[in-house]
Amino acid sequence: MDFEKIKTIIRKEWAEIFKNKMIISSIIFMPLLMTAIPLVMLATFQNEGISESANSELPAQFAAICGSQLSGGACFQVYMVSSFMIMFMIVPLFIPVNIAAYSIVGEKTSRTLEPLLATPITTAELLIGKNLAAVIPAVLATWLGFGIFAAGAFIISRDPNVIGALINPMWLLAVILIGPLSAILSVNFSMIVSSRVNDPRVAEQISALVILPVVGIFMGQMFGLFLLTQSLILVAAVIIGIIDAFLVYLSIQLFERENILSRWK
Amino acid sequence: MIQTENLTKKFVTKETTTVAVENLNLEVAEGEVFGFLGPNGAGKTTTVRMLTSLIGPTSGKAVVNGFTTGKDDQEIRRCVGILTETPGMYDNLSAEFNLEIYARLYEVKDVKGQVEKYLRMLGLWERRQDEAGTFSKGMKQKLAIARAMLHEPRIMFLDEPTSGLDPEAARLVRDFIAELRTQGRTIFLCTHNLDEADRLCDRVGVFKSRLLVVDTPANLRSQIFGRKVVFHLRSATPEMAAQVQALPFVREARAVESKLVVTLEDPETYNPQIIQLLVNSGAEIQFVGELRHSLEDVYLQFIRKAAA
Repeated sequence: MDFEKIKTIIRKEWAEIFKNKMIISSIIFMPLLMTAIPLVMLATFQNEGISESANSELPAQFAAICGSQLSGGACFQVYMVSSFMIMFMIVPLFIPVNIAAYSIVGEKTSRTLEPLLATPITTAELLIGKNLAAVIPAVLATWLGFGIFAAGAFIISRDPNVIGALINPMWLLAVILIGPLSAILSVNFSMIVSSRVNDPRVAEQISALVILPVVGIFMGQMFGLFLLTQSLILVAAVIIGIIDAFLVYLSIQLFERENILSRWK
Repeated sequence: MIQTENLTKKFVTKETTTVAVENLNLEVAEGEVFGFLGPNGAGKTTTVRMLTSLIGPTSGKAVVNGFTTGKDDQEIRRCVGILTETPGMYDNLSAEFNLEIYARLYEVKDVKGQVEKYLRMLGLWERRQDEAGTFSKGMKQKLAIARAMLHEPRIMFLDEPTSGLDPEAARLVRDFIAELRTQGRTIFLCTHNLDEADRLCDRVGVFKSRLLVVDTPANLRSQIFGRKVVFHLRSATPEMAAQVQALPFVREARAVESKLVVTLEDPETYNPQIIQLLVNSGAEIQFVGELRHSLEDVYLQFIRKAAA
């Protein structure tokens, strides 16, 4: 494995990405939006004006977690905000889709893939380079967004218990661990799609399906079907890690230089 | 330098099997400029892709610079340069950055130095900071040639290097190929520009899924048409033609207007005898020249024969 070549691919990808306004805006605005929504929720559902019995309307599991530390209003606030904090799990899935879906099929349509494949770069080096080029901005944007949210939460909320319930080990695990793992999943899924279709738009549309499971988690928590906990996050991390390893292997196996060069028109 | 042995490539789909290259047996020597001629869709690009380890053969084998395709693919990619059919540059990156990327991927030691050398050599140094997308087709092609040269390959595969270029740009590219030839590099030139092949190539192969013929352009001409010498006279008569035709080494002699067109094997040896005969018979010779059939005529003969 030649890390210089991987670095070169990353440099090349970034040089291209940072000239593409669509991708730049998705890297900037998506995390900003996903950061703004929970902050707005936090500001909207301040303790005042929420009845103490509000937690009786919450899913039983959640109300039980609130326990005696949080008042009914604060518990409701934490519930509402944390439901939208799941957005931080969408960011690392969504951002790389734009980058990765374009990465193979875009090279093909602009006819840059053949000279690239004619160089002594291995498929693994090429795909790892493209992977990292898409994963790193997504992860950094997610972490930065969460950092802004944390700072905003300290400024907006007056209740230290609420802050403690929002910026807790579970969410740190979700952002620090699940974030990069989700980004890797998203990138490799997009790569696989990207190396099988001929049109960057089709690649993007199919790749965007990877967000659906997280949307499912969001809906599930909103409707009280289940509740994200620290142990659930850890289990999810292990599962996503295994899926990632499988997808990385699969994307390298499915990247058939010959088919890509000779069958794509 | 390049050897193929029954090299075959078939593209199989559910409905059809297309034989792009069939039992190609070829040898290209070190330092040779080899022209690979054929119509569109003949399988030239597929052959180049196999020889540069971009795709694998269905059967047969190819050895490039001592490395076998399918086995030593990375080594082959390291030692060959390829100019693909389309330049394929990253349009929104600068010319210099485009080359830097490839220099690093080709494991070039002095990246900056090599990039500068070829940008200057191809007259692009002043435009190095401009995006490749702003370049004309000819400039992009020059940039693609620079890319193929960065790692100083001993073998170059050039796929239609002057296709779509204006005459000036085409001339520049041809001059550059001639320059490469003087450096002793082996060049495998795919083209359907027969004039270009005639000027640049030591040998040419006519190819349409299979190799129809390989030889020097001069030998191919002579094989098909023989060699023709035109004697421009003040006036040519059928009697003079008959006298020349009677010579044992002459294949054919015809009087056409004031010219006598003679077909023979070895004009360098026999022309003096013909001139002597014509002078003795009272002909006034104004000048003598060789009638050269174009490589296009030769090529079309082989392609038509193959089609028949």
